Amino acid sequence: MRKEIIKIEDLKREFTMGSETVHALRSISFDIKEGEFVTIMGSSGSGKSTLLNILGCLDQPTSGTYEIDGVKVKGLSRNELATIRNEKIGFIFQSYNLLPRTSAIENVELPLLYNSKVSTIERRERAIKALKMVGLGDRMNHTPSQLSGGQQQRVAIARSLVNNPVMILADEATGNLDTRTSYEIMSLFQELNKQGITITFVTHEPDIATFSNRTIVLKDGHIMQDYNNYNIQSAAEQLAKLPKEDH
Amino acid sequence: MRLLNLFKIAFKAIVLNKMRTLLTMLGIIIGVASVIAMLAIGEGSKESIRATISNMGSNMITVKPGADVRGGVRRNASEMETLTFKDYEAIKAQTTLTSYISPIVNGSGQVINGSNNWPSTIFGVNPDYLNIKVVDLQSGSMFTNAEVQSAAKVALIGQTVVDNVFPDGEAPVGKMIRFNNIPFKVIGVLEEKGENTFGQDQDDVVVAPYTTVQKRILAIDHLNEVMASAISEEDAPNAVLEITEILRTQHKLADAEDDDFHVRSMEELISTFSSTSEMLTILLVAVASISLLIGGIGIMNIMYVSVKERTKEIGLRMAVGGKGADILMQFLIEAILISITGGILGVILGLGSTVFIEKFLNWPTSVALYSIIISFAVCAVTGIFFGWYPARKASALDPITALRYE
Ligand SMILES: Nc1ncnc2c1ncn2[C@@H]1O[C@H](COP(=O)(O)OP(=O)(O)OP(=O)(O)O)[C@@H](O)[C@H]1O
Ligand SMILES: [Mg+2]
Repeated sequence: MRKEIIKIEDLKREFTMGSETVHALRSISFDIKEGEFVTIMGSSGSGKSTLLNILGCLDQPTSGTYEIDGVKVKGLSRNELATIRNEKIGFIFQSYNLLPRTSAIENVELPLLYNSKVSTIERRERAIKALKMVGLGDRMNHTPSQLSGGQQQRVAIARSLVNNPVMILADEATGNLDTRTSYEIMSLFQELNKQGITITFVTHEPDIATFSNRTIVLKDGHIMQDYNNYNIQSAAEQLAKLPKEDH
Repeated sequence: MRLLNLFKIAFKAIVLNKMRTLLTMLGIIIGVASVIAMLAIGEGSKESIRATISNMGSNMITVKPGADVRGGVRRNASEMETLTFKDYEAIKAQTTLTSYISPIVNGSGQVINGSNNWPSTIFGVNPDYLNIKVVDLQSGSMFTNAEVQSAAKVALIGQTVVDNVFPDGEAPVGKMIRFNNIPFKVIGVLEEKGENTFGQDQDDVVVAPYTTVQKRILAIDHLNEVMASAISEEDAPNAVLEITEILRTQHKLADAEDDDFHVRSMEELISTFSSTSEMLTILLVAVASISLLIGGIGIMNIMYVSVKERTKEIGLRMAVGGKGADILMQFLIEAILISITGGILGVILGLGSTVFIEKFLNWPTSVALYSIIISFAVCAVTGIFFGWYPARKASALDPITALRYE
């Protein structure tokens, strides 16, 4: 039996705005096992980001239980949550969120700066390794403004890998990219997944979901569907099939 | 380890915003520099006053008629005739703490030698006077007690008088001069003392026996002043008390009555003038401190802008594991780095302008180590104080809200 990385049960998240209460998540329960590649789908406002924020310990549920890698998250302090984010989670955002005017390698090092167990030398080595994994070994000293969108997202992926997280969480990580670049990024995710990294990927593009082994569909804060995908597409193959751009 | 990393982060932020940081620092630089320069000017003038006064004879005690009116309505002391020769005799007879004592009468008039004419001041004194004032003679000798008794028409003159009434460079000793038409034989020339801090020319004097000045020039029989010299500087305050007691008895003053004279030691004079210059120093420092405060507000302002501008960055740092304390420290260190660097530059600028003031404006200055330490400490505290609130605000941000901030 594979280890459960995520276990949530009867998770609810409500936002109170004045007299109104928005039920962003209403009783969500599911597990994610080690090595899974899960896509979370759903229309806009269905609660995908809210769910991902809770999974990433950036937000706390209103009720219900949540365990990540065997740690119960409920009732943890701000600092304890920060430590979990630092040691167990890698985040990737739609808008990359790289530090401007800061080199790729320094951006990748960022999470390790907040981990006092990692020495300066080890930090640098791990950052170089992560950048090489995403194919940017030759771009380490470039700043975000010198990189394309796809390259910036690769830097962000390297940053999410550098702390050896138990899980990578991505919120519309391909949302700002064209199809070709999206597929490149997806094939990178598939590679990482093959190496055993658990990935949870929020998207609303159905073709992206075909690259994962499981899809959870949300609607109005409920789980509509939760199914395994037995016909996983290879992003690399899809990329090769795309019509060549003519210049 | 962690602190070192935060240091690096803060340093990086400063380097990335060089121009802005420099402008922010400017307030601190000017503040610190002016505090140091102002204190140096204040301290310098205090020292120079002290030097002048002790050059005038630090054991000196003066007795003047009239109540002590420091800070009150000043009456013209020369109009008061309450100090008499009998008072002088009583002090001389009973004092144990003074070594020299002289009656003083003074008046102004013209010094004339042939066609040369110079307005000056004549001091009528006894032979103790030179010892009290700690003045030597360039040439000639002091008059004797016998010459005082006989009201002899002999005088000693200062260098300024020599320069003006003996312009041809002839030796004055043995020559005759006239003061307000009374002929005097010059028997000595006083050593040059130059100007004192208050701008008075100490060499523009004529010194003669007090009897002669009383009878022949002023036609009075009271004294303008009595000068004495305490046996040591430490005894000066007690000598003041002793003389006060002697004079109260002499003047038959009841316990309830105020003194109709006042006795002052140089020490008091020093403190009087020092307190004036201290007031000035406080004023200058207050003005300088305000500019330091404004510098501090500049830091607060820039840190606020910085926190606002970097809200997304703060959100990201929190998302990858930065704790509230890390964010707080990052911004606090940034503020402190700005203020301390500004402080160092300010100290350098302050010392530089002090040298400039001394060299080119010829004002006496003296840089006290404490002024550097204080302004530097104030600087660091300013950084912490004004950096704290914006940093605190940054650290309390909610990671998701911060990440979403546009
Ligand atoms: N901080 C908040 N305060 C109030 N309401 C919120 C907050 N965050 C989310 N919501 C609400 O919760 C619901 C779910 O939002 P969420 O951002 O999770 O949607 P989503 O599925 O990610 O949508 P999209 O695909 O557009 O990103 C929405 O109705 C939204 O208005
Ligand atoms: Mg969303």
